[in-house]
Amino acid sequence: MNNKTAHELHNELKNKKISSVELTEAVFAQIEKVESKVQAFVTLTKEEALKQAKAADERIENNHNLTPLTGIPIAIKDNMCTKGILTTCSSKILSNYLPPYNATIVEKLKEAGAIMVGKTNMDEFAMGSSTENSGLHPTNNPWNLNTVPGGSSGGSAAAVAADECILATGSDTGGSIRQPAAFCGVVGLKPTYGRVSRYGLVAFASSLDQIGPLTKDVTDTATVLNIISGHDPKDSTSVNISVPDYQKSLINNIKGLKIGYIKELLGKGIDKEVKVTIEKAMKKLAELGAELIEVSMPSFEAAVATYYLIAPAEASSNLARYDGVKFGHRSKEAKDLLTMYYNTRQEGFGTEVKRRILLGTYALSAGYYDAYYLKALKVRTLIKQDFDKAFAECDVLISPTAPTVAFKIGEKTADPLSMYLSDIATIPVNLAGLPGISLPCGFSNNLPVGLQIIGKAFAEETILRVAFTYEQNTDWHKKKPQL
Amino acid sequence: MQIDIDHVAKLARLGLSEEEKKVFGEQLGKVLDHANELQKLNTDNVSPTSHAIPMKNVLREDKVVVCQNTEDILANGPETEDNMFKVPRIVE
Repeated sequence: MNNKTAHELHNELKNKKISSVELTEAVFAQIEKVESKVQAFVTLTKEEALKQAKAADERIENNHNLTPLTGIPIAIKDNMCTKGILTTCSSKILSNYLPPYNATIVEKLKEAGAIMVGKTNMDEFAMGSSTENSGLHPTNNPWNLNTVPGGSSGGSAAAVAADECILATGSDTGGSIRQPAAFCGVVGLKPTYGRVSRYGLVAFASSLDQIGPLTKDVTDTATVLNIISGHDPKDSTSVNISVPDYQKSLINNIKGLKIGYIKELLGKGIDKEVKVTIEKAMKKLAELGAELIEVSMPSFEAAVATYYLIAPAEASSNLARYDGVKFGHRSKEAKDLLTMYYNTRQEGFGTEVKRRILLGTYALSAGYYDAYYLKALKVRTLIKQDFDKAFAECDVLISPTAPTVAFKIGEKTADPLSMYLSDIATIPVNLAGLPGISLPCGFSNNLPVGLQIIGKAFAEETILRVAFTYEQNTDWHKKKPQL
Repeated sequence: MQIDIDHVAKLARLGLSEEEKKVFGEQLGKVLDHANELQKLNTDNVSPTSHAIPMKNVLREDKVVVCQNTEDILANGPETEDNMFKVPRIVE
């Protein structure tokens, strides 16, 4: 039963065909069976999960305050604070951190009655595109254990694909939900910046970070989005506008919708087979009644460079808090304050985090600020303007989620720039603060290909509608890896 | 591109081994060469975007709230004493 979707399981729970305890036990049986191969989790919370499942069953028995997530097992990315439960960001510097509070989304999921099964592996501090930068252990792609699951929410995507949970949460700063969703053949949505509270999300790049769901189909994505969206007084960047019922966006009809395909993301640097797969998806969307229009985004050429100045700059500031004073690791070799800072950070941070702190510090330093950081902020405006222009004539935009399918473990670790360039299709969406979804649209080399659908700000409804229509008229989301 | 890695590491309060200095210096040089592509784009009269969605300052009432979980917070401290975080001596 753990291979089913949340909406299917919700019906079975409601009709008493199964109990949440049975479902939770099935999930842990699957974890027992495949986790040694996949390694999606950094912490498992079985005891607490079974307790919560029992409470959910009582809730169902009494038909009290039921939500579509009551009794459904969910995995939480390890950069979201869980009260009294390790929250490590897959970093040695936080390896003993027990948050004194819950992230807002954790609180909301708990209230809805979802069952937390554990915390998932990630690139350290969400910096990476393969989960190879985890300071704890790598995660393997369930479709081919020699390839990466993508990143940084690689543990969440792999856990959903391997049926080690029904749903998962991820965070997305430059593609960290959508790219692993694509690599693992699941659905992943990054909401508009400000749609979901970031309170309790360990900050990476605060103007880009956003939390969203990873699920087995589009319906479940809408379900989770309904629960986690909305204004939060504890996050001053969360936007105070009403949240629609996203279930109502699940309309199997896109007749007359204008879909722009991004020319620059079907050309140089995009794998041939990925391109062919996306073109087939475009044909399908046209058959379903959408009007396809070519759009050009000339500024995208500069998007990766822009992102890899802005995100590290913000990170270098956000990560200044890891100083060994109030929480996390402190170096034993600390005789004075400065040595404590130097040694704590040298011992606690991994290679990629150090690289980005240095890059960001450099971009913000005297003499280089204007040439790098400020220039990047101006190019960010150009990228936003390109989107505005495209959305003046299109309802949504589409592209491949990633330029290739999942790559081999170790293939890109020695060359950071080649790893960074694999984020080309997802990064512009974060820079413009827009919502984007990735859903399965085919295979290349027996590995999943993801279709990205980008919407206007706060137009999650439209991308869900297009994604739902595509999904209902194809079978890709039903394919499962053999483990 | 060459960067003064010692200076940047000092600004970031980040200790580095000699090997790390060498490798990071080369890798960051390559990334910054790529970043120089930005200079090709004309951004005269373009204003910078620091937030994609318009943001305004959010203020709340300035009132005292008692912290309920001091113990949990202190429990995370590497070294604590009487409700305080302990650090190496700063002033001689």
